[in-house]
Amino acid sequence: MSVRMSDEDEKKITELIGHYPQKRAAIGDVLYMAQQNFGHLGPEVELYVAGLLDLPVTYVHQVVSFYNMYLQNPVGRNLIMLCDNVSCTLCGASGLVEHLAKKLGIGPGETTKDDKFTLWTVECLGACELAPCVMIGEKLYGRMTPEKLDEALDAVEQTDDA
Amino acid sequence: MPEVKLIKRFIETENGHRLREFESAGGYGSLRKIIGEGWDAQQVIDILKASNLRGLGGAGFPTGLKWSFVPKDIEGPKYLVVNADESEPGTFKDRHIISGAPHLLIEGAVIAAFCIEAEDIYIYIRGEYYEPARIMEQAIEEAAEAGYIGEDFLGSGHTVRVHLHRGAGAYICGEETALLSSLEGGKGWPKLKPPFPAIKGLFGKPTIVNNVETLSQVPIILDKGAEYFASLGIERNGGTRLFGVSGHVKRTGIYELPLGTPMKELIYEHCGGIRNDRKLKAVIPGGSSCPVLTAEQAASINMDFDSLAGIGSMLGSGGLIVMDETTDLVQILWRICRFYAFESCGQCTPCREGTGWMTRIMERIAKGEGTVQDIDDLKEVAEQIMGNTVCPLGDAAALPVVSFLSKFRADFEAQVGPRRVHAGAVVTQAEAEEN
Repeated sequence: MSVRMSDEDEKKITELIGHYPQKRAAIGDVLYMAQQNFGHLGPEVELYVAGLLDLPVTYVHQVVSFYNMYLQNPVGRNLIMLCDNVSCTLCGASGLVEHLAKKLGIGPGETTKDDKFTLWTVECLGACELAPCVMIGEKLYGRMTPEKLDEALDAVEQTDDA
Repeated sequence: MPEVKLIKRFIETENGHRLREFESAGGYGSLRKIIGEGWDAQQVIDILKASNLRGLGGAGFPTGLKWSFVPKDIEGPKYLVVNADESEPGTFKDRHIISGAPHLLIEGAVIAAFCIEAEDIYIYIRGEYYEPARIMEQAIEEAAEAGYIGEDFLGSGHTVRVHLHRGAGAYICGEETALLSSLEGGKGWPKLKPPFPAIKGLFGKPTIVNNVETLSQVPIILDKGAEYFASLGIERNGGTRLFGVSGHVKRTGIYELPLGTPMKELIYEHCGGIRNDRKLKAVIPGGSSCPVLTAEQAASINMDFDSLAGIGSMLGSGGLIVMDETTDLVQILWRICRFYAFESCGQCTPCREGTGWMTRIMERIAKGEGTVQDIDDLKEVAEQIMGNTVCPLGDAAALPVVSFLSKFRADFEAQVGPRRVHAGAVVTQAEAEEN
């Protein structure tokens, strides 16, 4: 697989750059697009993005490695982000981690063998009134219990299998 | 006292995130007024100053004064940046505004841009807010179609463009200079102030960075008048605030109350008291960086910037974390230490190294391997970080440690062993206390 986005995507990058007086300010969105295309941002992708934005590849690497949401390594098809910060811990986040360990056989930072799920424990998701909360992909789930977590995972599995 | 729903009224409007419903609720009235009646910036700034509106992101700086720092009549672009990078543990109010009343934020931001003569507004929204970002995007499109933003908006002869910029998961980017570094396409490293962003900010140009809630109050103040807003709060602390309550209360959520409201009233009346009717142990009053309060302090303190500063804490982001008597504060402080260690940007040595040291010491204590000496070391490390870093993250990491240890030292001593002096010699806890 050669590392290149479609012409259409590359045109979109020109549009993104138009929001800023300097080309490099578009790097955040370009990295998100690249991640969407290639799954994660490995060295080849960093090189490609550097070319698109006329930046040194080491600069791109510094940005990628600074932010949590840019993936330097592959993750499973569904990323589970489980908040265990203060409010979520007060409301039972550790029980959810234990539940996932039993159900999926993975701990924080691990991926299931079938590549379906990766579990991360993460910092505050900004939804403390709904503690404990979890994000699966782009969707936020609040007031989680092991049962509700099962339901959410089942729903995700159904679309994943489809 | 019942809630005073200045902002919440819009959030609770059904479909209030859509333009038509927002307009029906009176939205964009203030923007229309100042443009239609040909106001100048100074008129708006004077009203904001009289309203005692203060920055609701956490720092509490007077908003009108901040805007007045932008130099006038100079060449080149200026910028308004909306800080929607809400990431302080315990804080979630801005998410409700962005999702429930995005047009209120746009209206306030356009008024701000008009006042500081900025043609570009950047809304920096945290990366994990996928759904709020989609709602914001839609609101920006609606506002553009209706002519509230864009070239010659509302026939004002001015131009304003609104750009949505997604962050990518870094707490530090909520600090304004780090946010600007990130917005410029770099890693989120804070910069030394001065120069302040109002003089030299985004892309080196004069820039105002305001929090979501602060800007959302602006159209309301212009609608209802400075006097009304100021009269809701107390001296130098105007208006209402969205207090976010999480943790061990019966009804978590956001509550809009005048500044100066007793904390007791918020916890026991609005939130229905402590879950399972247990006893209160401690409250973090405004996001995890604010020094913790004991139950006694929580029972007597009023929630405004000056009252909390008066007892050595902060109102911060207005996000309260309530902890009942069953809470293991050792575990909680360990978790807080881990957070700041993980989120330290790594630029300043005291913060980069100190947050790691504090986390490792807390881990020892939390695992029952700590000594009395660890408690003292912990405090010393925290004090060495404070005031010695470029940005406030160092203080934010140190303040919880210092406050937990000074107010709840017995909880920590109960989980540590005697002091290790040197091989073979052991000092008992009682002896250690004598020293």
